[in-house]
Amino acid sequence: MHELSVAQSILDIVHQSVPQDELADVRIVRVKVGTFSGVVADSLDFCFSAISAETPLAKARLEFEHIPFAVECRQCQKTFENDIGFVVCPVCGGVDTAVLSGRELQVTEIELENEKDKIA
Amino acid sequence: MSIITVERKVLEKNDEIARRNRATFSQRHLFVINLVSSPGSGKTSILERTLEYFNKRVKVAVIEGDVQTDFDAQRIARYDAPVVQIVTNGGCHLDAKLVEDALGSLDLTGVKLLIIENVGNLVCPSNYDLGEEMKVVVASTTEGDDKPLKYPGMFQHASVLIINKIDLLPYVNCSMNTLKRNALQINPSLKVFETSCTTKSGIAEWCSWLEQNIHHEDGEGKDIGATRR
Ligand SMILES: Nc1nc2c(ncn2[C@@H]2O[C@H](COP(=O)(O)OP(=O)(O)OP(=O)(O)O)[C@@H](O)[C@H]2O)c(=O)[nH]1
Ligand SMILES: [Mg+2]
Ligand SMILES: [Zn+2]
Repeated sequence: MHELSVAQSILDIVHQSVPQDELADVRIVRVKVGTFSGVVADSLDFCFSAISAETPLAKARLEFEHIPFAVECRQCQKTFENDIGFVVCPVCGGVDTAVLSGRELQVTEIELENEKDKIA
Repeated sequence: MSIITVERKVLEKNDEIARRNRATFSQRHLFVINLVSSPGSGKTSILERTLEYFNKRVKVAVIEGDVQTDFDAQRIARYDAPVVQIVTNGGCHLDAKLVEDALGSLDLTGVKLLIIENVGNLVCPSNYDLGEEMKVVVASTTEGDDKPLKYPGMFQHASVLIINKIDLLPYVNCSMNTLKRNALQINPSLKVFETSCTTKSGIAEWCSWLEQNIHHEDGEGKDIGATRR
């Protein structure tokens, strides 16, 4: 359970990506989370709210894009997904496979509400 | 509304320090393994048996990671090996920065093999690269044969599986075949060893494999199934 330190890293990335005077405008931080990223999205969400409360980022929340664990078989070229972590091809039994996705833990976008939006 | 595109890995800072550690290790021709398992699978016992086997013929240094206490470092110090204890104070895994800092207080003169014993935890350490050459996961027979399926992350990232406490097989409900089959479904390229730290069965096989890898780092042997993941 290291969601707290992961939340802190996300907070750092937001601070480095958004000008100081616009931090309070941040509404959504989009995060890609692979099945095997090693973090639990709900728990990460909770930790992020806890450490951003009473800071300029208090109105920011995390939005997750879940990335499935996907594997490609080099023997039969089929692609398959599962959330168990199996890498053996279910079609031909091949073990020469490549993991395509499922290990992501990445901040992709930060959405801000501008002055203009507030007036409208 | 405006959108800032970021595309940054959350653990990029760790990965960057891990790259730095890896460069340091390769400069020093150090073979480095990251030993991971759930609490009590026998990581420190395997280290003790390994140090005993090499009996200073191969110089081994150890970094111990624990949530509290320096008990494990004390156990290792008895073998007269350079050892440093990292106490994470609640932290569930070692990260590259902790290892980088620990390296500063280790005398690596003549050391060929560095073993980092991670915090006993089958989940979190799998996501933190320390700069090691490979992860070695220990699963003991007393934990049952379903661990690879319950904690696939760790088995995906490991290059070697040590099945420990095989002396207890007659007393526990654990099938070696099932355990191996489960592990290989998650990671078919796992190299598997079976050990007992009580009877010392399998320790020689594990240690000679390690020794081959150490030579390999000097450019002697080559490719014996060790892969970096
Ligand atoms: N019967 C038997 N007991 C073992 C074996 N290996 C380790 N043990 C025992 O298992 C217990 C835990 O061993 P450790 O080596 O401390 O395990 P560890 O993985 O280092 O534990 P943590 O660092 O706390 O996560 C000790 O009581 C050991 O004596 C083995 O092969 N057979
Ligand atoms: Mg230990
Ligand atoms: Zn196939």
